Amino acid sequence: MSKVLMKGNEAIAEAAIRSDCRLFFGYPITPSTEIVEYLSKHLPKAGGTVLQGEDEVASINMCYGAATTGARVMTASSSPGFSLKQEGMSYLAAAELPVVVVNINRTGPGLGGLGPAQSDYFQSTKGGGHGDYRLIVLAPSKGQEMYDFTMQAFDLADKYRNPVLILADGFLGQMMEPVELKERPPAELPKKDWAVGGCRGRAKRKIASYALTNEVGEAHCKHWEAKYADIRDKEQYWENFYTDDAEYLLVGYGTCGRIAKSVVLNARRQGIKLGLIRPISLWPFPEKAFADVKNKVKGIVTVEMNAGQMIEDVKLAVECRVPVHLCHRQGGMLPSETEILNFTAQAFNLALPEEV
Amino acid sequence: MERVFGRPKGLTELPFHYCPGCTHGVIHRLIGEVLEELDIIEETIGVAPVGCAGFSLDFFSCDFVGAAHGRAQAVATGIKRAMPDKMVFTYQGDGDIAAIGTAHAIHAAARGEKITAIMVNNAVFGMTGGQMAPTTLSGQVTTTSPYGRDCDIFGAPIDFPKTIATLNGAVYVAAVSVDSPKNIVQAKKAIKKAFQVQQKGLGFALVSVLSTCPTNWGLSPADSIKWLQDNMIPIYQMGELKATEEVKAL
Repeated sequence: MSKVLMKGNEAIAEAAIRSDCRLFFGYPITPSTEIVEYLSKHLPKAGGTVLQGEDEVASINMCYGAATTGARVMTASSSPGFSLKQEGMSYLAAAELPVVVVNINRTGPGLGGLGPAQSDYFQSTKGGGHGDYRLIVLAPSKGQEMYDFTMQAFDLADKYRNPVLILADGFLGQMMEPVELKERPPAELPKKDWAVGGCRGRAKRKIASYALTNEVGEAHCKHWEAKYADIRDKEQYWENFYTDDAEYLLVGYGTCGRIAKSVVLNARRQGIKLGLIRPISLWPFPEKAFADVKNKVKGIVTVEMNAGQMIEDVKLAVECRVPVHLCHRQGGMLPSETEILNFTAQAFNLALPEEV
Repeated sequence: MERVFGRPKGLTELPFHYCPGCTHGVIHRLIGEVLEELDIIEETIGVAPVGCAGFSLDFFSCDFVGAAHGRAQAVATGIKRAMPDKMVFTYQGDGDIAAIGTAHAIHAAARGEKITAIMVNNAVFGMTGGQMAPTTLSGQVTTTSPYGRDCDIFGAPIDFPKTIATLNGAVYVAAVSVDSPKNIVQAKKAIKKAFQVQQKGLGFALVSVLSTCPTNWGLSPADSIKWLQDNMIPIYQMGELKATEEVKAL
C-alpha cells in the first residue's frame, strides 16, 4: 500500500476520520493545532462536524455531550489546554464515556514553551483530574503509530467505555514521516445500549455521575476499580528491542524510545549488551514487560523528557531489585544518543572502547 | 373513580425532593406539560446542572444527561451536534448558567445552537446553602454577603437574559415568573414557545424563570412569594425580551 508524507498531527486526524469519528470539538493550541486544522478541512467532506469551542473546557464538555449519544468523538490539545480539560476527563471517566483525547505534550509547568516534553506523564497516567480514575494512555513514537494508535484508541474507548488518551509530543506532532493509511481493522465492539437519544420504544436512560448516598458511591468506585483491573490485565502494550540477552536496559517511550533504539545499536557495536523496553501503553503501565528481566539485568536507565516521572513506575515494576537511573533532558530539549550512551556507561562503570 | 388531575406524562412518578415552597416543582411541571403537549417526550434529551436541580434527571420522563457545574450548554451543544434531529434542553440555576457557566451560555447563544435553555433564578446558590450568586440583589443577605450585597465590592446583579438577548444567535429570550396563577400561565407559554423555536430550528432560546428559595431566604413559602414580587420583579426585566420575526410568526 502506498504511503503518504504527513505530519504526525495530520496522521492522527486522518486516522480519526477513517475510524468513523464524525465529531471533533477543539480549541487551537501549539503544537497540536494541525489536528483541528486538518479536521476542519477534511471532516466536513466526510459528513462530519468540527466545532471550535470557546475554550478547552467547553470542547471537552461538548465531547462529553456527543459521547452520551454513542457517537465517536475526539478532541486534541497541548499541555496547558489539556490541564483545562481535566475536569471533563474526570467526568468522562465517571460517566464511562468513550472519547479519544490527544495531548501533544509541550513544556511546562505554566505556559512553558512549544518544544517536545514528557512532563505530563503523571497527569496522564495517575489521574489528572479529581477522583480515583484512570485513562487508557497510548504513547506513539512515529508517524505510523500516531495513525495506528488513534484507530486503536477509538476501539479501546468503545470496548471499555473509557476515555483514551494519545500522549505524544511536539516533535512527533510536527515531524513529517511516511504513513500508510490503513483501513480500520475489524473489531468486535459492545453495543452502545446505554446511549441517550430519545426514549422511543424503550425505558428512559440517564447518564450522570452523581451519588449522594455513600453506599452507592462505594459501589460505583468498586465497579470502576474492577474495570481498571480488567484493563490492567488485558491491555498492556510495549516493544522489546534486544532484550533477550540484555545485561542493561533502557526504558523510554515516545520520542525517547525512538532515540533509545539508536543508543542500543550503538552500544551493541561496542560490546555492551544493552536492550530497550519501550512502553506503548503508559496506563496500564506494561509491568508484565519487566517480569522476565527484573532478575536478569544488572541495571536500568529510564530516558525521559521530564525530571523523572516514568522512573517511578519502572522501579515499582522491577520491585526495586535492579538499580534504576534517570537520564533526562527538560524544557523542550531532546536527549542525544551520545549523552544517553555515556550516561549509561558512567552509571554502571562500563567501558566504551570507542570514544563517543 | 375518574382521575381528573395528575402528573403530566413529561414527568416521572418520583416525588420531588425540593424544599417546601420552592418553585422548582412548578417549573418542572410546566416543562413536563410542554413535553407532553408537543408530543416530544420520546424525542428529547435533557441536560441537568449541578445544584438543587442536579437530580432533575430523575423527575423528567425523557432521556437525561448530568453535566458538570456550569457546563450544561457545552454538553447540550455536543448532544445537539451529534443528534440534530432530537430536541435538547438544559435546566440550570442562576449560579450554574450565569456564574460558572457564563462563557458556555454566551457562546452557545452566539452560535445560535438549536437548544432550549431554562434558567431558574432564585438569586442565591441554593444547594450549597444560600450563598451569593451573580443574581443576588443589592443589599440581599446571604451566607457570603452576611452584611448584604455591597455592589461597590461585588458589582450589581446580572440580568442574564438581557445579556443573552444582545446576541444574534439568540432568537427568543423571555423572563417569566411563577409567583401567581397568571404568571404561571405566561411562564408556560414562554417555555412552550422556547421548545417550538427549537422544533423549527430557528436558533437559541432562553427562558429565565424567577423562583423562590424559602429555605435559604429564611422566609415562609408565602412570604417568599411576596419577597420575589416586591424585590426581584422590579429589578429584573420581565416579559419577552427578544423574539425575532420568525419567532413571532410561530
